[in-house]
Amino acid sequence: MALMTPEQVPVISSIYRLQWEDSQQSHVLLYPEGMVQLNGSAGEIMVMVDGERSVAEIISALQAKFPEAGDLTDDIVEFLGVAHERQWIQFA
Amino acid sequence: MSDSGFNSPEMPAKTPANPHGAGRPFWLLAELTYKCPLQCTYCSNPLDLKGSGKELTTDQWISVFEQGRKMGAAQLGFSGGEPLVRQDLEILIREARAMGYYTNLITSGLGMDDRRVADFKAAGLDHIQVSFQASSEELNNRLAGSQKAFQQKLAMAREVKEQGYPMVLNFVIHRDNIDEIDKIIELSIELKADFVELAIAQYYGWAFINREHLLPTKAQLQRAEAITNQYRDKLGGAGPKLIFVTPDYYEERPKACMNGWGNIFLTIAPDGTALPCHSARELPIDFPNVLDHSLEEIWYRSTGFNHFRGYEWMKEPCRSCDEKEKDFGGCRCQAFKLTGDAANADPVCSKSSAHGKILQARYEAESMAAGGAGHSPKLARNTHNQQAALALNERNIIARS
Repeated sequence: MALMTPEQVPVISSIYRLQWEDSQQSHVLLYPEGMVQLNGSAGEIMVMVDGERSVAEIISALQAKFPEAGDLTDDIVEFLGVAHERQWIQFA
Repeated sequence: MSDSGFNSPEMPAKTPANPHGAGRPFWLLAELTYKCPLQCTYCSNPLDLKGSGKELTTDQWISVFEQGRKMGAAQLGFSGGEPLVRQDLEILIREARAMGYYTNLITSGLGMDDRRVADFKAAGLDHIQVSFQASSEELNNRLAGSQKAFQQKLAMAREVKEQGYPMVLNFVIHRDNIDEIDKIIELSIELKADFVELAIAQYYGWAFINREHLLPTKAQLQRAEAITNQYRDKLGGAGPKLIFVTPDYYEERPKACMNGWGNIFLTIAPDGTALPCHSARELPIDFPNVLDHSLEEIWYRSTGFNHFRGYEWMKEPCRSCDEKEKDFGGCRCQAFKLTGDAANADPVCSKSSAHGKILQARYEAESMAAGGAGHSPKLARNTHNQQAALALNERNIIARS
């Protein structure tokens, strides 16, 4: 995997659609004939991936949303790395 | 990832009366019609294509989709027959997409044009799966029973990608096309497919009566799998994802069919009959109709859907088997078709006393591939052949030892 820089802008890959599923009380990634159920943290991060925010902006937006959570940088970078590896997201 | 402490609190979802602890119907397959311009011998549709001839109306389908969505269905497949035959398809897509479904169109491509591809996109269609019969025009058209099929499919596959859809190509693989699997993969790469299903035919509906003509030999299968693996290595994550669906006829343990009976999968047939899978119509069970009952009543509480939930219905060797929670005893339809009793173990399992039926089918495949005569003619799927197909099914298959 290529190294991620704070300036990079992730975008959800075109075959996936992110949405909130009420019946599962979670965000899911839907794709042809399948679904990935995201845990709470993963869902919060993916919602921020809008093709406009950079990695750094995603981190600061989530820090602002969850001020009690401590430093989230490592978790967010780790998750975006996994998401990229699984081709859920691409970097513009 | 690790828990960062910003998880949203879990909220218990509201569940209806659910005496058998059934899961949610995550996958809703809408078989809009049995009408189809193609005549594939491996079609999984019932032999009785005419049936009542009735099809749900636009509003009835929309009601089914609404009910399914409320019950937690997230994937909706428009299938058939050929769903493009329905002139209200665009309306159905728009309504379903607005409800939040991920909408999948499963099509032969016949009946499509660039305008319709665009209209569906505007209606919110998420994905199109295009079926091919082969990688060459001559073989494709012969297998499909249509002289224009291949060129039409090529044009539509290109149009689907051109208009920005995710595209799955589906090839049903059998004895007559398995040896060109390399060319099939090459074609899929050229067409820029996102996924390619190399689905070895499963033997239900028309495929069952044509089984001796379709089942590949073991050697063919091994070669095809090896070539698929070579392409996976060569592609290294680029290009289409290749999904090789192995046939259970060459396994010693059955598949966990549909992830369990009435567990995540719900099919609605053209006339509104609700089924736990698209083959279940062949079972001697009365399945409920969406015109008579709510989907919730059907899914959670109907006799048909509760028939094979849990483990109580099992006979030996399944009942005491330590793998029963893994494969649920295999496929109920296959058990019925090969043993006459849907509660028996799937004969694919080497523990089944009827496993010889599977060995026999493998032997027949070898024999016919070597030029031997078959037991019955290969029947193209069409209403003209329906009576012959039903008669063949009656007298032939279960009795053959």
